[in-house]
Amino acid sequence: MEKIKILIVDDSSIIRKIIQKSLTGNQFDLVGIAGNGASALELFKDKQPHIVTLDITMPEMNGLTVLEEMIKIDPKVKVIVISALSDKATGIHAIKKGAKSFIPKPFTTEDVQKTILKLAESI
Amino acid sequence: MNENDIKHFIKTTINFFKDASGYEAKCGIPSVKTSDPVVLEYTGIIGISGKRKGSIYFTSNAKLLSDLAKIMLQTDTVYNEDIRDLVGEVANTITGNLREIFGSEFLISVPVIVEGQARDIKLPDDIDSFVIPILWQDNKAFLVICLE
Repeated sequence: MEKIKILIVDDSSIIRKIIQKSLTGNQFDLVGIAGNGASALELFKDKQPHIVTLDITMPEMNGLTVLEEMIKIDPKVKVIVISALSDKATGIHAIKKGAKSFIPKPFTTEDVQKTILKLAESI
Repeated sequence: MNENDIKHFIKTTINFFKDASGYEAKCGIPSVKTSDPVVLEYTGIIGISGKRKGSIYFTSNAKLLSDLAKIMLQTDTVYNEDIRDLVGEVANTITGNLREIFGSEFLISVPVIVEGQARDIKLPDDIDSFVIPILWQDNKAFLVICLE
């Protein structure tokens, strides 16, 4: 059975590490980690992940712009936006732009795990 | 900035530490910042624009950040890069969470990180700055807010 390919995008190294820890079990293949939008899009085109975790506030390219580009490249991708911008309007905006889920920071590995597992069911 | 704003800052800070670590933080009585520097070993600074302009920074010694990082990463070993990064992430998360109160036109920058005790962090002279002391797991930190 094909493993679920995951790409992690966040400019914070500690957040990237916390999300990595949520990928327990051998059904996941972490195909890339990016600290900014430009490298995220390069990795996205190259590795074609099933699921992406994506921050919004990043240098140079906002995560919502990255989200739009990813959906254009692969409309089937499942993007989980994980952001400190925890207001409802931001969450709704991300979903309207094509994200499948929104997790506000601070979060736990369990929050991410549950969301990834739920999305993985439909891959 | 008014008293209500400061209450929101305090509540958001307390919630952050509880949600991020499982351990509560206590905030002391806020005060207007004087010319005395409020800077510890690591500082994460966020610029605010949009409807309200200013800066918010979180400053802490390494011990608090190290203890917090160990809990968040579920590890006994943390590195300087984790501590540096975490101070920015704390500032980013507390400030970002404030959008629940101040709305989506409360625009925040990516964090700027200052390592090493600077003489002070320069804030606009024409806006009052407020200092909120924080105590988490016997470690002291400060949230400094300079907002129109």
